[in-house]
Amino acid sequence: MTVTESPASPLADKAKELVRVHLRIKRYDPETDTRPRWQEFEVEMSPGDRVLDALHLVKWTQDGTLTFRRSCAHGVCGSDAMVINGENKLACINLIKNIGTDLTIEPIRGLEVIKDLVVDMEPFFAQHRSVMPYLIAHDDPGYKERLQTQEDRDRFDDTTKCILCACCTTSCPIYWANSEYVGPAAIVSAHRFIFDSRDDGAQERLDILNQKSGVFRCKTSFNCTEACPRGIKVTQAIEEVKRAILYDRV
Amino acid sequence: MNVHYHSYDAVVVGAGGAGLRAAIELAGEARTAVLTKLYPTRSHTGAAQGGMCAALANVEEDYWEWHAFDTVKGGDYLGDQDAIDIMCREAIDAVIDLEHFGLPFSRTPQGRIDQRRFGGHTRNHGEAPVRRACYAADRTGHMILHTLYQRCVAKEVNFFNEFQVFDVLFEGEGADRRAAGVVAYEMATGDLHVFVSKGVLFATGGYGKMFKISSNAHTLTGDGPGVLFKAGIPMEDLEFYQFHPTGIYGFGILLSEAARGEGGILRNSDGERFMERVAPTVKDLAPRDMVSRAIHAEIKAGRGAGPKSDYVYLDLTHLPPEQIDSKLPDITDFVRTYLGIEPKKDPIPIQPTAHYAMGGIPTNVHGEVIVDDHNTVLPGLYAAGECACVSVHGANRLGTNSLLDIVVFGRRGGKAMAEYVKNVGHPDVPRGAEVKVRERIEQLKAGTGSEKVGDIRTTLQESMTLDASVVRTDESLSDAKRTVEELKAQYANIKIDDKGEVFNYDLTEAMELGHLLDLAHGLVVGAQARTESRGAHWRDDYPTRDDQNWMKHTLAHLEQDGSIRLSYKQVVAGNYQPMERKY
Repeated sequence: MTVTESPASPLADKAKELVRVHLRIKRYDPETDTRPRWQEFEVEMSPGDRVLDALHLVKWTQDGTLTFRRSCAHGVCGSDAMVINGENKLACINLIKNIGTDLTIEPIRGLEVIKDLVVDMEPFFAQHRSVMPYLIAHDDPGYKERLQTQEDRDRFDDTTKCILCACCTTSCPIYWANSEYVGPAAIVSAHRFIFDSRDDGAQERLDILNQKSGVFRCKTSFNCTEACPRGIKVTQAIEEVKRAILYDRV
Repeated sequence: MNVHYHSYDAVVVGAGGAGLRAAIELAGEARTAVLTKLYPTRSHTGAAQGGMCAALANVEEDYWEWHAFDTVKGGDYLGDQDAIDIMCREAIDAVIDLEHFGLPFSRTPQGRIDQRRFGGHTRNHGEAPVRRACYAADRTGHMILHTLYQRCVAKEVNFFNEFQVFDVLFEGEGADRRAAGVVAYEMATGDLHVFVSKGVLFATGGYGKMFKISSNAHTLTGDGPGVLFKAGIPMEDLEFYQFHPTGIYGFGILLSEAARGEGGILRNSDGERFMERVAPTVKDLAPRDMVSRAIHAEIKAGRGAGPKSDYVYLDLTHLPPEQIDSKLPDITDFVRTYLGIEPKKDPIPIQPTAHYAMGGIPTNVHGEVIVDDHNTVLPGLYAAGECACVSVHGANRLGTNSLLDIVVFGRRGGKAMAEYVKNVGHPDVPRGAEVKVRERIEQLKAGTGSEKVGDIRTTLQESMTLDASVVRTDESLSDAKRTVEELKAQYANIKIDDKGEVFNYDLTEAMELGHLLDLAHGLVVGAQARTESRGAHWRDDYPTRDDQNWMKHTLAHLEQDGSIRLSYKQVVAGNYQPMERKY
């Protein structure tokens, strides 16, 4: 990565000298470990680099067995959710200069750890699928586009941003205690369609979310909203779904 | 290492836009398995930002023929015009399809799909920029990826997530080969899975990780092209690789052309709008190859900004703040996150970034893979999306045409394969089809060599960015070729740390590096042979287009001894005759 130095440049931060970053990573290899263990690493990097870059430095120069998911490296694919210094974050959108040089990194909670920072995502995606996360439309628009006003489009804009990273669901204390709860991410996925003026499946989804595993498990702790790397107002979306059920109105 | 056997009619490899679009056509028509080394929603289609062009004429007069002309000219006359006509005509249907699937397009005040300007897209054959790009804020790719995935969930498509394909299977030998399946590696267990299948469609995306400054995901390592290249399938036009003008300085993260479509301006260190000099009519909305070269020229002439004078600015400061928030929310957030500056107040440091492979697995307009310069089809083998080369993008892809390519040719490939598998018998695959892959894995784990995957990859990326990117010469390409050949020799002697079975990314990264090295090799050899400048392939020592000798597609063949042999295939002509490319 290009490193430059100039106080006049907007990139001055990126330019500063390399800093020493200390990582404390919770590791678990199912083939050799009986329980998780902590391991520490030191790397040198630019303050403008990402936490993900620190993990790569360890993997590529010190210990190739360190295991984590990642892909896009700029916060749109949702692969690298992890607990960084106690909070759910994406490793690729957090820079060392903002988060500090002492990093404690653990897998996200509430999903089974398979190896190091890799957890079993299947239950999470199964919950996503359980809320019918696809447009259900009974009309036949023919060969034309359906019309939708800008106001109707704005109604569900926030929840279209979801990247299914699981930061919200795995920050939820209710989810930790009861994995039957569909969790915030699945409710966000349902919200995206319930409030889409083109959709006819709201009632079916509301019925699903009115069950014991549904929205009323939520005790409004706001952890999900704080954890969302996309800035989605998750708790508000959950509240809107609750109100839709209570007042039978979308 | 356990081995499992599966039997399907159709296997789709890759679950980005092209793979998912193909799967939607196959679902319910053929027993289908979709294999992805990620989860579908992690695919890099989700990183596309600006839009998808189609001549809907929702906001101003437009015709698909104008779109086709722009695509031909944008591709510097290397694109096959029959395929381009199909893409631009079917674009309109493809957008309507996506709307019907639920894609939340941004809307006009009348409630129709909104459209905006994009580089190289013009009204009436170059008169002025036209509003042709259908979009959903600046996350159009994210919306396409998620909408297609949602449709697959509704259709109960059978996904094998985190299964990485290491080999392709054929029935028969030589010219009588037909596709018979794939061998895949299951990340969670380290087990091998033999998928015997009548049809196989590759939709594995690009290979931008052969460059250092790149907009591509870490996982874009050319797995489909790499596997087929090794299996004797040639690769088309590898030397045509696009560098997007506006990558975030130092990171390469993409800042959509939509930023210029919305009125953003490129400026050099003097604050001059230098694109006015280069493309007087369309200015900042010239095609990407021209803009990237213009930036390169500004920097070379000493008009770059910053302490090393090695970047220019993308200036959005004159745009109304509410327009930035509603039309460009994500990319302005990227700038805040990675550079710590406020794009409403300060211009954004940018540099060209490796972005898109115009070349790849040669196919015809039905997605069928072709294996020679006579367009001979290999039955049952298909490819679509960035990993394929139809060729609709020619020597330089226009912005938005990649999202169009994946849905149009993903759909065509899926349809064609659904039809094909109805009419053929199940292939005969002998036991032990996985042995080659098993031996390769055991060899990697047993390796006692001294070379590290990370070191070889870093050297490759630095060499390719330095010597084989926006501007090339015979000398720079010789350097790149020598480096790649040395690295291939070193690669034979690598050692990995992780010997385990469960989630062994150390192993998969080693396999991926092999693909990058082979494809980089094909790229530099093809580029060195092509003694002209066309589209994204610019040779300082041959600065003009040479239609007399080079109106032809390159086919690179990977020989048994690891060397590259080149052959050539004719460009399909059409309505538009080559002319000088001015904007």
